[in-house]
Amino acid sequence: MKIKSNIAISETGFIFNPATGDSFSANAMAAGMLAAIKKGDTAEQVKQEILQKYDVKPETLEHDWEDLLLQLKAANLLDA
Amino acid sequence: MHNNTNAPAPGLTIGVTGLNAHDNPGPGIAVIRSLKDAYGESVKIIGLAYESLEPGIYMDGMVDKTYQIPYPSAGSAALLERLESIHEKEQLDLIIPNFDSELYNFIRIAGHLAGIGIKTFLPTHAQLAARDKINLGNFGSKHNFKVPEFSLLNNINDISNAAEQLNYPLVIKGRFYEAQIVNNTEAAKKVFYELSAKWGLPVIAQEYIPGTEINVAGLGDGSGKAISVVPMRKLYITDKGKAWAGITIEDTELVQLGQQFCSALHWKGGFELELMKDSAGNLYLLEVNPRFPAWVYLTAAAGQNQPAALVKMALGEQVEPHTQYTTGKMFIRYSWDEIVDISKFQQFSAFGELSNKNE
Repeated sequence: MKIKSNIAISETGFIFNPATGDSFSANAMAAGMLAAIKKGDTAEQVKQEILQKYDVKPETLEHDWEDLLLQLKAANLLDA
Repeated sequence: MHNNTNAPAPGLTIGVTGLNAHDNPGPGIAVIRSLKDAYGESVKIIGLAYESLEPGIYMDGMVDKTYQIPYPSAGSAALLERLESIHEKEQLDLIIPNFDSELYNFIRIAGHLAGIGIKTFLPTHAQLAARDKINLGNFGSKHNFKVPEFSLLNNINDISNAAEQLNYPLVIKGRFYEAQIVNNTEAAKKVFYELSAKWGLPVIAQEYIPGTEINVAGLGDGSGKAISVVPMRKLYITDKGKAWAGITIEDTELVQLGQQFCSALHWKGGFELELMKDSAGNLYLLEVNPRFPAWVYLTAAAGQNQPAALVKMALGEQVEPHTQYTTGKMFIRYSWDEIVDISKFQQFSAFGELSNKNE
């Protein structure tokens, strides 16, 4: 998974796609995950960090991860 | 904020039309605002208005003095006569017309105006006709623009043929302004009568393309070069289809379309491309407006002050094409109740001129 290079993500979780003018708000958790992905972390690295940091079951994380992925795809924020 | 890069000579007097800053606004106030960004208070703005309720007439921070001018239907001779009389008092350096419907006359008298010292920066009649709504299909096929299918409605009976060819929903558009989406014949007939009464014939029935509305504001130098191209996505659209909020976007394809337009017609002056991007990413050219859009101040805010660049070119300066603009710059339009004393309204209505300065 790779976020398009021109997508801007602020520390507050505001996401802006300059190619379409679309903007989105991510919660703190999603914003952290997106920032990690944007700086080049792999999906596995991001998931591992969350599992270490938070009290979450791997299957729940996997489910939420897939959900986030779908939302990012629908929002046209990922490289094809 | 004053954008004084390559600032033009001070002391200019510029006539501007399109002061109708209402819910379907003319570009006049946005053009003036852009000029004030570039020139500061050294520029004198002479408003040229058709009706006494055009809000710009009474906006003293924008317009120094306004004169009433005859409607386009009065013809170019009446317009020239009025402008000559205004020129005697104001010594106009330049006029920037901002209405589609007045351009024919202004182009026609541009030579006369130049002869008395008033500059313009306008396309030719042929260029104006080439991008006209009724010629847009030919323009698209000749110059490689994707244009929605359309049909001309010269009488009410043409609607059924158009609907058969294009299917509902249809976009019914006026000769010069306004468009409505209709879903059946009854609605199409109603809109046909409304728009033909207002703007004349033909009315245009256009294939409806669902998608994202994007506009491009541009400025051509007349030699085929685009001096400025700024794309904007509409974020909030009024029931009249006008952008009430918008944002500059980064899209080289859109910039190239603006450049392609200038190159195809050797367009001289401001223009606006109205585009629809469908879900597959196809860009359809819906319309080309032969003047700056009402949101043109966003171009100044994004770093490409198109009205200021037009003035420089009209004055004979060489202007290099702009290459950068700020993406993510937004405009959010708002309404404002300008309080006006009846004496001002009376002055303009009775005498056809009103100064916002103490004379």
